[in-house]
This record gives sequence, C-alpha cells and structure tokens, in this order.
Amino acid sequence: MQAEEKLTYETWPASPERSTLEAKNKFLGFWLFLGGETVLFASLFATYLALKDKVPDSSHHLAKDIFELPLTLTATMLLLTSSLTSVYAMYHMKNFAFKKMMVWLSITVLLGLGFLGLEIYEFNHYVHEFHHTFTSSAFASAFYSLVGFHGAHVTFGLGWILALMFRNYKRGLNLYNAPKFYVASLYWHFIDVVWVFIFTVVYLMGMVG
Amino acid sequence: MTNQPLSSSNPRVDLEYRRRKNAEEMRYQVISFTLMIFLTFVAFGVVAIKGFTAWFVVPFILLLACVQVVFQLFYFMHMSHKGHEAPSMFLFTGVFLAMIMVWAFMTIIWW
Amino acid sequence: MSTYAQKKGFGATIWDYLTTVDHKKIAILYLMAGGLFFIMGGLEAVFIRIQLAVPNNDFVSAGAFNEIITMHGTTMIFLAAMPLLFAFMNAVMPLQIGARDVAFPFVNALGFWLFFFGGIFLNLSWFLGGAPDAGWTSYASLAVHSKGHGIDFYVLGLQISGLGTLIGGINFLVTIINMRAPGMTYMRMPLFTWTTFVASAMILFAFPPLTVGLTLMMFDRLFGANFFEVAMGGNTIIWEHLFWIFGHPEVYILILPAFGIFSEIFSTFSRKRLFGYSSMVFATVLIGFLGFMVWAHHMFTTGLGPVANAIFAVATMAIGVPTGIKIFNWLFTMWGGSVKFTTPMYYAFAFIPSFVMGGVTGVMVATAAADYQYHDTYFVVAHFHYVIVGGVVLALLAGTHYWWPKMFGTMLNETLGKITFWLFFIGFHLTFFIQHFLGLWGMPRRVFTYLPGQGLNAGNLISSIGAAFMSVAVLILLFNIIMTQVKNVKVGNDPWEDGRTLEWSIPSPPPFYNFKQLPLVRGLDAYWLEKMAGKKGLTPAEPIGDIHMPNSSFIPFMISLGLFIAAFGAMYHVDDKPWALPVLIIGLVITFGSMLVRSVKDDHGFHIHKEELVQEEKGAKA
Repeated sequence: MQAEEKLTYETWPASPERSTLEAKNKFLGFWLFLGGETVLFASLFATYLALKDKVPDSSHHLAKDIFELPLTLTATMLLLTSSLTSVYAMYHMKNFAFKKMMVWLSITVLLGLGFLGLEIYEFNHYVHEFHHTFTSSAFASAFYSLVGFHGAHVTFGLGWILALMFRNYKRGLNLYNAPKFYVASLYWHFIDVVWVFIFTVVYLMGMVG
Repeated sequence: MTNQPLSSSNPRVDLEYRRRKNAEEMRYQVISFTLMIFLTFVAFGVVAIKGFTAWFVVPFILLLACVQVVFQLFYFMHMSHKGHEAPSMFLFTGVFLAMIMVWAFMTIIWW
Repeated sequence: MSTYAQKKGFGATIWDYLTTVDHKKIAILYLMAGGLFFIMGGLEAVFIRIQLAVPNNDFVSAGAFNEIITMHGTTMIFLAAMPLLFAFMNAVMPLQIGARDVAFPFVNALGFWLFFFGGIFLNLSWFLGGAPDAGWTSYASLAVHSKGHGIDFYVLGLQISGLGTLIGGINFLVTIINMRAPGMTYMRMPLFTWTTFVASAMILFAFPPLTVGLTLMMFDRLFGANFFEVAMGGNTIIWEHLFWIFGHPEVYILILPAFGIFSEIFSTFSRKRLFGYSSMVFATVLIGFLGFMVWAHHMFTTGLGPVANAIFAVATMAIGVPTGIKIFNWLFTMWGGSVKFTTPMYYAFAFIPSFVMGGVTGVMVATAAADYQYHDTYFVVAHFHYVIVGGVVLALLAGTHYWWPKMFGTMLNETLGKITFWLFFIGFHLTFFIQHFLGLWGMPRRVFTYLPGQGLNAGNLISSIGAAFMSVAVLILLFNIIMTQVKNVKVGNDPWEDGRTLEWSIPSPPPFYNFKQLPLVRGLDAYWLEKMAGKKGLTPAEPIGDIHMPNSSFIPFMISLGLFIAAFGAMYHVDDKPWALPVLIIGLVITFGSMLVRSVKDDHGFHIHKEELVQEEKGAKA
C-alpha cells in the first residue's frame, strides 16, 4: 500500500497508524523514545526530591508555603481534558473523519494553551509574591527545572500539533500523515502522564509537607 | 497489510463492525476519563481536608497517581491493544529504572 | 538508477557525503570522524606519558595537564570509541539482518552530524581560551567553579553529541525489531546484531540521565541555578549519581558491541558455530540489565553508608558471572575448531587474557572495603584501561581489519596488520601492567608530576615507553590503510572465505540497496548453512520487484549546525557579550526552522524499478 495514495472511508485500514513499514517504524521508534523520556523525567523528579525544601536560610519559602490547590486543580483539569479530546481526535482519525479530527485537535490545542497560560501566571506569581526565582535557592532551581521541562514539552507539543494541522489542512488524511497525527497524540498523552506525577509529587506532596 | 485482522467476505459488514468497535472503545475511553477525573478529585480532596496524617496521604495519592497513569497508558495510549509488546517492554523497563533512580536519590543522598 | 555508478568530481562526492542517508556511507563518516578523534585522543595520551616519563617534568604545565587528561578521557569515550562502534553497527548490522536500510535513514544522518558538531565544538575549546579541566567525569565540586569556558564547552559539546547518540540508539532498536529479513528470528541473529540491540537499549535508558546532568550543570554555570551550589542548598553528589547512572551503563554500551565483534571473529576463523549461542545471548541481556544496577560502585568513598556500599558491591561482582560465561564460550568455540590465524583472530586471541585481567581487577575494586585503598590511584587507571583498551580498542582494531573489505571492497595488508598487532599488544601491556603496581605503591591518578626518590621513576618510564609502541602501531595501521586504498585491489563477496553471516553473501562494498531480493534465512549463520548445502548464495524470499529508497537530505547537517551555533551564543551569554543572545536565537531558529521544513515538506523517497535491477544483473554478467 502506497503511503501517498488517496483513500476513502471504505479503503481506510483498521490501524492506519501501523499500516506501512514507515508507519510501523515511526510508531515503535516513538514508543521507545517515550521509554527514554520516562528516565529523563525520572532524573528530574529524583533531583527535585533530593533538593526539595533545600534553601540557604529561613527567609526563603518552602513548598508548603507557596503552592495553592485551586490553581493546580484547574491546570490539571485543563490538561486531563485535553488528553480526552485528543483521544476523540484519534477516534475520528480511525473512522477517516478528517474534519471532526481537526475540530477535536483544535480543542486540544486550546486547552493546552490554557494550561500553558496558567503555568506562566503561576511562575510569575511565585517570582513576585515569594521571590521564589530560578536562582534564589537549590529548591527553586529544581522546581522550575522539573515543572519548566514539562512546560517546554507542552509548548513543543502544541507547536507540533499546530504544524501538523496547518500542513494537512487542505490535504485530508492519508497513510503518510495518519501515523504522524497518531504519534503526536501519543506525545500529548505522555505529557499528561508526567503531569499526573507532577501534581501528585510536587504540588500535593508539597502541600502535605 | 498485516494489520487487517478483520476480513469477512463482505466489506460492508467489516466496516460496520469496525465502526461499532471504535464507538464502543470510545465509550470505554470516556468511562476511564471519568474515573481519572474522580481519582484526581479524591487526591486533591485528601490533601485539602487537612485531617489526615502524611503517612497515609503520601502513599495514598501516589497510588491514585499510578492507577490514573495505568488508565492513560492502557486506554488513552492504546497499550492494551495487540502489537504493543515491544513498546510495553521498553516503557516498563524505563519505569523500573525510574523507580530505582528515585529510590536511590531519596535514600542515599542525605548530606 | 544509472547515475550513481558514474564517476563523480570531488565536490560532488563531498556533497554526496554531506547529504547521504545511506547507512553504509554514514558508517564511513563515523569511521573517519571517529578515527580522527581517536588520533587526537591518542596524541593527548602521548603528551600525558611524555609529561610523566621522568619526575619533576615540565613538558606541560599543571593546568595544561588537567586539560589534557580531561580531553583525553572525554574524547576517547564519547568521540572515538562510541562513534567507531557506531561505524561498524551502521556498516554491518543492517546487512546481518538482511535489511535494505535502517528504520530511519534521515535520523541516522542526523545522529552522525549531531555527534560530529558536538565533537568539533568540544575540541574548539583548545583554541578559545582553554579546554575543560575537571576530569572526564567533571565532578560538580570542581566543575562549577572552573574558570573560563572549558567546562561550558564540555557541557554543551557533550549535550549535542549525546543527542546524536540517543537517536542513533533508537534507530538501531527499531531497525532490529521491525526490519529483519524473512526467517531471521531473534534467536538466529548474529551476536554482533544482538549486542548492538542490547547496547542500543542501554543507550536509550542511559543517555537521558546524562542529558539531565549536563542540563543542570549548564543551568548552574550559565544561568545562575543552584543545583550544585552548597551554600544555596545544592548538592554536588547529585551530579555524581546522574553522571554514573549514565557512566556505568556507558561502559557496557562500549564493551558489549566489542564482545559482539569478537564473537563473530571467533566463530568465523575457528570455522565453527559459536559455542553456546543461546547462553551468549542470555549473558548479553543479563549484562545489559545488571549494568544499570551498579553505578554507585564508582562512589564507594563518598560515604553512601555500609548498606548501600554492600548492595552495590555484590551487584557489581554478579556481573562477573555472565562475563565469565562469555569467556568460556569463546574458548570452547576455538576448542576443536580449525583455527585460522588472521589479523582479526590475533586480536581476538589477545583479547581474552587482556580482558580477563581487567575483569579480575574489576572484582578487586568492586570490593567496597578494599576500594578505599585503590580509589583514585593508578590501580584504577590500570583497571579501566585494561577493560577499555584490552576489550574495546582491540575489538575496534580487529573489526577494522575484519570488515574493511566489506566496507571498502579492499583487503588490508595482513603482514602489516600483524606487525600492528604485535606492536600494539606489547605496547598496551607495557604501558598499563606496571600501572597496577604504581597505584599500589601509592601514585594517585590525575597528578601532573611526581618527585624522584619515591620509587615511581622506573615504573613511569616503562609505561611511557609502552605508549610509544602503541603510537607506532597506530602509524603503521594508517600506512596500511593508505597503501591499501592506493593499490585498490578489489575483492569479492566473501574475501575471508569463511564468512558465516549475511553480510558476506553480497558484493563488497554492497550496492546501495544492499539486497536485490531479500534473503530467506534458514538458521543461525545463514550464509554458512547455504555454503555447506552446496549453494552459492541465499535463497531469495521475494521475486525481483521495485525497491523503495529514501532521498538524500541536507537538513540533518543544518539542524546540527544550528545547535552548534546556538551553543556559542549560550556560552558567551554569561560574558555579557552583546552578540551572544542574537547568536543563540539565530542558531535555534536554524535548528527548529530546519525541523519545520522537514515536517512540512513531504519526502516519499524514490523507487528503483524492477527493469533497472534486471538490466544491471545482465550488465554484471556480460
């Protein structure tokens, strides 16, 4: 089956993300990459946990002083919902419903942007309210690095999904770009997986003390 | 075309079957999403109600996080589907190493 | 495809290599770049040995000595050993599994260019205010406070080349999992393919911690973070952990492919099936797994506590078991075989005792209590040179002789090869054997000189003489290579006449599509099986048909170049240079812009048509 061939609803395969050799390679390679990313984030989590609340003197704020539940909960809801919307997008991809897929992807992007906006607000808030800056203590460096690395992943994911949407706007689905959409959605879910641990380990456990 | 498991002689039936199967799967996705939202609220709730001891809260919310991630991996990321043997092997190796690393950093970095 | 056969001008050849996505050409690029860095690292070693040849020497200053030892270690591990192994993996592994290319040809090229630019960036430090000087491990307590930009070159250069290695590892994994020829089951894969597989898996999990460690160091040095700043709550031990969680698997990433190379050579030149194939596979996987469980044995003396020390000591010693299995399997492969003493076989033969000595001292330093004596002495220097030179470098030299005909279609001179071997082998033991004793006599590692009358003079002089032997050996190898390529006597498919694996069933060098028809693999040592059955080649698994091939691309070069430029901007940003920030931004724009171009431009590759393949076959017969 040629990747660039025009397909119809009838000829669209059951697993379009894995129906050519290129697609299979892409699919597997990306999963392996996620295995590596797991260890990457583990290194950051481990560093954060080793440096949690390690500050030069008592004038610095600790985790339990700065985090707020409502803000984190809102951000979590935005990201979790965006994960569901990207599942919807892939559902329509499998049914060869390009328009619907694009709609759901757009919603995903909007939710992602909302999350990113909240994160920027949050960082800004910490800097101005608590003088909790990237350079103020080892704890702060570790916090901003871990959460910031995740934020950078969100940003990259948004750019990636948007690039795919613009590129394929006029062309519709084919076996060349279906795996690309699928892999981008895997990346988006993985970002959500990492966030689940961030809100648990950094925010909730930070509040518990 | 190795990934065409459905091959009845009538393509119409095939398509219909696939459409329904996808729809059914989507229903499971929504259910797991609901559960994830629920778990999140429980985790936040346990922390918001300041009554519990940290010895209970920390393991409990970590457990909830793990359950939630299993939902993400197996439903949202389709790891329960066939053809995910190599991905799950490598992902779980990564998870295993991740746990060892976090454990080490929490126990033998103390000075 | 009639164009590729035409003679090309010099410029066209350069352009061809700058844009190539062919794994065999990328292998040659890795071999050339890795060889270049190997010679630079070797020169640094020679400078070290000249400085230490006599007491109170002032051949180089103390500061320059620190830079030289740092660059020697860093260059040899990251820029010589790994790329040279990648050269063989690229050249041979796809052929061994009967694939037409790797899974991601574009990514393969990107991996090479990232490594290359990272290496060049690191080495430019010599001309731009001094090289890194905190040792190849770059412990944070030293590195964070090192003056000048040396450590910044280390951090950024290794970051860039490390990315290249990581994507290279993923590429090999996917290739092996998805692209094996019909009949090539996992348990029929040649050992070199198996070791490539396990080493690539280790790369996938070991390089992310390094990436994070380097990032934290970069944040500390360039952006004012406090990970390793004790006064601000930081902790330098974190660097040590991150570095060794990467660093110890790295040792096995290097040695496993070396084991693979030797396994091929032993069975080829003993003209016998590898003894205990399945136990070899098992041992390889087990070593790969255990390799991640032992990193803290590099840190026994930092005070992890007796429990942690004991656990890591026992885990370390456990690795001796699968390694021992391998040693015995090699011995039993030769036992009863009809051994042919070619140059690669010389190296393989010499490897066993040399590497076992490194293994024995390995168990010695793994004993946590005793390690307090050995730590940071020349004993440790002797130990790791016995495993790295006695294992990896001997394998690289053996592999060069063994696969040269497959990569270039010419045979290296055997007499010169054996002279190289003897000089290198004698020089190696002369240099490093005595260092065990220097260490036990109390000579610390990384000192730039020592006083007379401490009993260290003779030992150091012997060591330096050994280094001279090794240098001459490398020069003879270079001479051999040049002479061979000048004479340019072409050889056939199976120049060693005893080839067992698929790469020997196709022309040397192979056509750019490797296999006209994918082969049908009927067992381990597929080509040998067919030869023994009286056939000339493998049974095809498919009729002649169109072959799909990827297009060349200049984008990998541009992506890497962008990061190279951005690294300068990031580095000089701390000096408040006004041009630094624009340079950083321009570099990143080049990188991400190139990535965008790549994703926006469809690249479906091209097809070699059936008729052309048939035509070619007729032409070859006529």
